[in-house]
Amino acid sequence: MKKKLLSLILVACMAVGLVGCGGGDGKKSGDLIKVGIINNDPNESGYRTANDKSMKEMFTKENGYDASFAYSLKNDEQISSAKKFIQDGCDYILLSAADTAGWDSVLKDAQNAGVKVILFDRTIDADESLYEASIVSDMAKEGETAVNWLKGQNLSEYKIIHIQGVMGTAAQKGRSGALDAQVAADANWSLVTQQTAEWNAEKAQQIVQSVIDSGESFNVIYAENDDMAKGAVAALDKANISHGVGKDVIIMGFDCNKWALQELKAQNWNYDGQCNPFQASYIDEIIKKLENGEKLSQKVVIMDEKGFDATTITDEDVENYGI
Amino acid sequence: MQNKKQIFIPLAALIVLALFNLIMDPSFFKITMGLNSEGYQVLSGPLITILDSGSELAILAIGMTLVTAASGGQDISVGAAVAIAGSVMLRVLCGTEASVSELKAPVIVAFLIACVVAMLFGAFNGILVAYFRIQPMIATLILFTAGRSIAAWINNNRLPNISNQAFTYYGGFIPGIPIPTPFIIAVACMIVIALVMKFTTLGLYTQSVGINEHSSKLNGLNPAVIKLISFVILGLCVAVVALIKVSRVSSINYSVIAKDIEMDAILAVALGGNALSGGKFNMAASILGAYVIQFLTTTLYKFKVRSDALPAYKAVVVILLVVLSAPIVRKKLSELAKKLKPAKKEVA
Repeated sequence: MKKKLLSLILVACMAVGLVGCGGGDGKKSGDLIKVGIINNDPNESGYRTANDKSMKEMFTKENGYDASFAYSLKNDEQISSAKKFIQDGCDYILLSAADTAGWDSVLKDAQNAGVKVILFDRTIDADESLYEASIVSDMAKEGETAVNWLKGQNLSEYKIIHIQGVMGTAAQKGRSGALDAQVAADANWSLVTQQTAEWNAEKAQQIVQSVIDSGESFNVIYAENDDMAKGAVAALDKANISHGVGKDVIIMGFDCNKWALQELKAQNWNYDGQCNPFQASYIDEIIKKLENGEKLSQKVVIMDEKGFDATTITDEDVENYGI
Repeated sequence: MQNKKQIFIPLAALIVLALFNLIMDPSFFKITMGLNSEGYQVLSGPLITILDSGSELAILAIGMTLVTAASGGQDISVGAAVAIAGSVMLRVLCGTEASVSELKAPVIVAFLIACVVAMLFGAFNGILVAYFRIQPMIATLILFTAGRSIAAWINNNRLPNISNQAFTYYGGFIPGIPIPTPFIIAVACMIVIALVMKFTTLGLYTQSVGINEHSSKLNGLNPAVIKLISFVILGLCVAVVALIKVSRVSSINYSVIAKDIEMDAILAVALGGNALSGGKFNMAASILGAYVIQFLTTTLYKFKVRSDALPAYKAVVVILLVVLSAPIVRKKLSELAKKLKPAKKEVA
C-alpha cells in the first residue's frame, strides 16, 4: 500500500515536472537571446567568483538574454552540459573549458545545430572554425609585464623567492615563463628558491619560512597569486623582515583581489598584476555584432590587463579593479 | 605490551631524520631569539617551525586516533570539515562584508559556534557509521565531496579577509610569549586528552569496542554511542585546527585550506604504530607521528626538494610502514632477531 502511494506521488511529481518544462518551452520568447554558459566552479578562486558574478550581471533578461548556467571543474560534465544546451536550442554557448582537449565533436554538433560558440577565459585545442571568438587573458604577457616592472626597480642584485601556482596551469606557465627567461638571461638575477605552493597561502608561508630558517638572503618575493603572497608576507612578519615600498623585500602578487590592492595602497606590497575576470562586456559586444550580421575583425580577443605599482595606485583603482 | 613498544616506531623515524639533518647541516638545530614585526621577542629556527606547523596535524591526530580505534576506519572528511568550520568562523567574524578590520564578534564566540557546527558534522559522520553501519571511509566520503562547497555556501562564495592584528595571534605569536601559539594550543589539547584518558573510561571503552564490538556489547557497553563520541571529539579537534589555519593567513580559500590534511592525519596514526583496523591505540605515538611528518616536510623544504614531490616521499614512508607491519614480514623479522641474538653472544 505504502509503495503504491509512494509511486503515485513520484509519478505525480514527474507529471508536474513535465508540465513545468512544457510551459517553459511554450513561453520561448523571440526577443531574448538564449545563451548557455558553461563555467568552472565559482568557488575555485576569487577570480572565478568575480568572473561568475560579472556574467550573471551581464546576461539578464533586462539586457535581452535568457541565460542558463552550468558549473563544473570536470571536462566530461561540461561536455554533457554543452550537449544539453544544444538540445535546448540555445543561440550561443559561452564556454570556459576545464580542460583544453576533447571538445571537437561536441563543438561540431553545435555548429551543425547552428549554435554559435564563444570561448572565454581559456582557449581549447580545437580548430578555430569551430568557434566564433575567444576572449582570453594572455598569461605570458602578465608575466612579462610583472618582470618588466621588476626590472624597472633597478636593484643592484635580484635574489628572488619564486612561489608558483599549481604546475601546468596556464596561469603558472605564463607567469613562471617570463621570470625563468629573465633569470636565465641575466646573471644578476637568481632564484633563491623556486617552489610550487599550489595557490595555497599556508604552503607559501612554509616555503618562505624554510628559506628564512636557512638564513639565506633574498630581496624579492614573486608569488603567482595574491593568496600565496599573503602567506609569504605572514612568514616575513614573524621574522621581522620588512617588506613593501622602500623596504628590504619587494612583494609581488597577481589577480588583484581588493584586499591585495589595499595592501598595495598601504605600501606593504609593491606590485600586483591583473588577471581580468570581466569578459562579460566583451562577450556582450561580440554577440551584438554577430546578431547585427557584422563580421568580427579578429577571432582571438586579448583583454587589457594592468599591473599596479604601490607608489602610483589610487583609491579609484582599488575600487574599479579589485575583485 | 604492544602498546608500549609502539612509540618506538615514530621515535626511530624521528631519530633517523634528526641524524640525517645533523650530518647534512647541523645549523638545522639552531634556535634563535629575535624580534617579530610587532617588536616582540619570538623564537625561530627550523625546529620551532616544525613545532609550529605540525600543531594542526598533531591536534587532528588525537581525534583521528580515537575514530580509528573505535570504528576501525578513518574519517577522510577532516580537510573539508576544517573548511566548513573556518568558513563559519569567518562568517561570524566578518558578517556579510568581504573585508573587515574591526571584528563583528569576539573571536571566542566565533570559535564556539564553529565548535558546535564542526561537532554536528562529526556527529553526522558518526551516526552514519555507528547507526547506519556504513564503512567510515564511505560515510565520510559524503562530506569529503560536499564539504568545501558547503563551506563556500556558508559565506556566499565570498572569500572574507580580516585585517586585524589581534586575529593573527592564534596562528602566530601572542605578544610577549616567544613560543608559537599553535604549539601552545596543541599542548593544551594534549593535556586535555591525557586527563580524559586518565580520569575517564573513554580510552578503555574505545579500545574494547574496537577490538570486539559484540563482546563489549555483551559487557554492557553501547558501541554505537562510543563510536559517535569519537567522531564528535574529532569534530572538536577540527574546529581547533580551523581556528589556527584561518588565523595563520587571516582569510580562507575553500578549495585549498587544509588540503590533503586527512591523509597526513591518517598517516600520523599509522606512523604511531596504531592498527588502522581499530582496537588498541597509543595516543602519544600518534601525536609524535604527526610531528615526524612535519619534520620530514620541513627537512625536504630545507633541502629544496620540489614541494609537489613531497607526497612521493610520504608514500615511501607509507610503503615502509605497511611492509613492516605485514604479518609475514613481522614473523620473518622476529625469526631473524632470534637468530641474531645467540650469534651476538658468541661474538661477545
